[in-house]
Amino acid sequence: MTGSSPIHNLPELSVSELSGALKRTVEEAFSRVRLRGEISQPKVAGSGHCYLRLKDDGAVIDAIIWRGTMNKLSLRPEEGMEVIVTGKLTTYPGRSSYQIIIEDMELAGEGALLKLLEERRRRLAAEGLFEPSRKRRPPFLPHVIGVITSPTGAVIRDILHRVSDRFPRRVLIWPVKVQGEGAAEEVVRAIKGFNALPQGGAVPRPDVLIVARGGGSLEDLMAFNEESVVRAAAESTIPLISAVGHETDVTLIDHAADLRAPTPTGAAEMAVPVRMDLLAQMGEAGGRLEGAVGRLFTDRSMRLEGLARGLPDLDRLLADATQRLDEWAERLASAPIRLLEHRALVVTQTAARLRRPGELIDRKVQDLTRISLSLDGAMTRLVDQAERTLSQVSGRLRADRIITQVDQGRRAVGTLADRLVGWGQRDLARRAERVEALGARLESLSHHRVLERGYVVVRDESGRVLTEAKAVTGGALLSLSFKDGERSVRAEGDAPPTTPPAPEGKARAPRKAADKGQDRRQGDLLDGL
Amino acid sequence: MTESAKGPTGLPEDIAALSFEQAMGELDSIVRELEQGTVELDRAVGAYERGVALKRHCDVKLRDARMTVERISIGPDGAPSTSPLDGV
Repeated sequence: MTGSSPIHNLPELSVSELSGALKRTVEEAFSRVRLRGEISQPKVAGSGHCYLRLKDDGAVIDAIIWRGTMNKLSLRPEEGMEVIVTGKLTTYPGRSSYQIIIEDMELAGEGALLKLLEERRRRLAAEGLFEPSRKRRPPFLPHVIGVITSPTGAVIRDILHRVSDRFPRRVLIWPVKVQGEGAAEEVVRAIKGFNALPQGGAVPRPDVLIVARGGGSLEDLMAFNEESVVRAAAESTIPLISAVGHETDVTLIDHAADLRAPTPTGAAEMAVPVRMDLLAQMGEAGGRLEGAVGRLFTDRSMRLEGLARGLPDLDRLLADATQRLDEWAERLASAPIRLLEHRALVVTQTAARLRRPGELIDRKVQDLTRISLSLDGAMTRLVDQAERTLSQVSGRLRADRIITQVDQGRRAVGTLADRLVGWGQRDLARRAERVEALGARLESLSHHRVLERGYVVVRDESGRVLTEAKAVTGGALLSLSFKDGERSVRAEGDAPPTTPPAPEGKARAPRKAADKGQDRRQGDLLDGL
Repeated sequence: MTESAKGPTGLPEDIAALSFEQAMGELDSIVRELEQGTVELDRAVGAYERGVALKRHCDVKLRDARMTVERISIGPDGAPSTSPLDGV
């Protein structure tokens, strides 16, 4: 281990040599791998090759799908798609990188595919592609039916067979691949191609389209899940019936189609009615039309006949009138004669009623006599009646009734006078008694009763009752009334009026003289009496 | 009944233009109306004539039951053309 330049037993390689060695090593060691990963940044270059990356949680690898391989793949690489790819590893010496060349690609599991489809369905639905308002009803009886399907196989046979059975029509078949590379593009081209046909052109424009395919795996039916196919179906101006796969398979084109048939045969049934049924229906309608209008006429003519029968017979109408006319004519002819006869009769009758004057006068005389006789009788009867009435009235006119009435009056007056006198006497006596009684009551209340108890009434000379001592002046002549009579006394001296009353001055009863408090009231009481 | 223009089929043009379904629907309503028996006789005649024409139109459409199957192919100029398809 000496020397400035180390000795190498390793051969010196160029970068290209190493890269080439690496490439060989890698390609030999990984000539065929199955790799699972998520697609990231897929890009289709102008060359038609597709560049993408596959990644998982910890690593990433570049990947390439050559143009030729791309066309064979059943699915387009999309961002985020979980796929299992088969291919070989290689290196790219120019960039010091390694990559996988994808030869086949499938979705990682059915769940992932369904998830993808569901997401796509939701996106397209949000755009309104599946709106019920977009659906149009195919015509009841189309002239031309456009069928987009594989030209070989059971599907087209089933459709043609059923159309032929029900109602033979003109059928245009646009042959397409129904699976694998390019299938979706062909279907899109066919739908657009049919829609592009002009009305009345060399190739007749169909009234209805059927897009059909037999049953298959989910991957087999993928072309009918392609967005481009779904959009083409939704945009078709010709009503479109989809019949893809079995009844249980639902592809996205079914959502966009105007009608979805469970099977290709079902699509044919939806497209055309049953001719025999219609023929029968038309036959019946024709029969009903004839019958109805026939009945209408029969009915009207019967009614007309009935009405005509109701019209009276003209001959008979005339016969009646003729008869009446004849009768009148006859009567007209005989009328003058009968009129004359009638008049003659009237004259005769009138003449018979005429009287001679003498006869008339006799009758008038008789009448007059009868009247004068009856007049006399009436007069006599009147006088007699008046006399009778008078005698009746005068008989009723008598004085004794009046006399009786006078007597009765007189008696009544006498009785009343007696009763008056008696009542007067009794009344006088009653009044005297009452006066007496009152006198006694009066007496019991008078001062005399007081005098009896020892009181004395003092009067002055003019007879005025004195009730106060000051009213007695000295020397005044006083009259004292006792119960049994009066005595005159003279007052002593001329005592001043303020002097207390002398016992004799007031001449009170000895027992009561000292009873000062009661004096005045007693006197007042007496005065009031 | 008003004079309608006659088309090449001898049918009034307005009837010839009807689809089978429209013609059948109108025929049905005419039959119903006549069967009710309340139509005026003058109008009944017109309705009957129209009904007959409608039925003829429908019959023509029903008679036209030819099955032809053609295959579409696109020419080099991109224009579609048809050719009979046999053997299906």
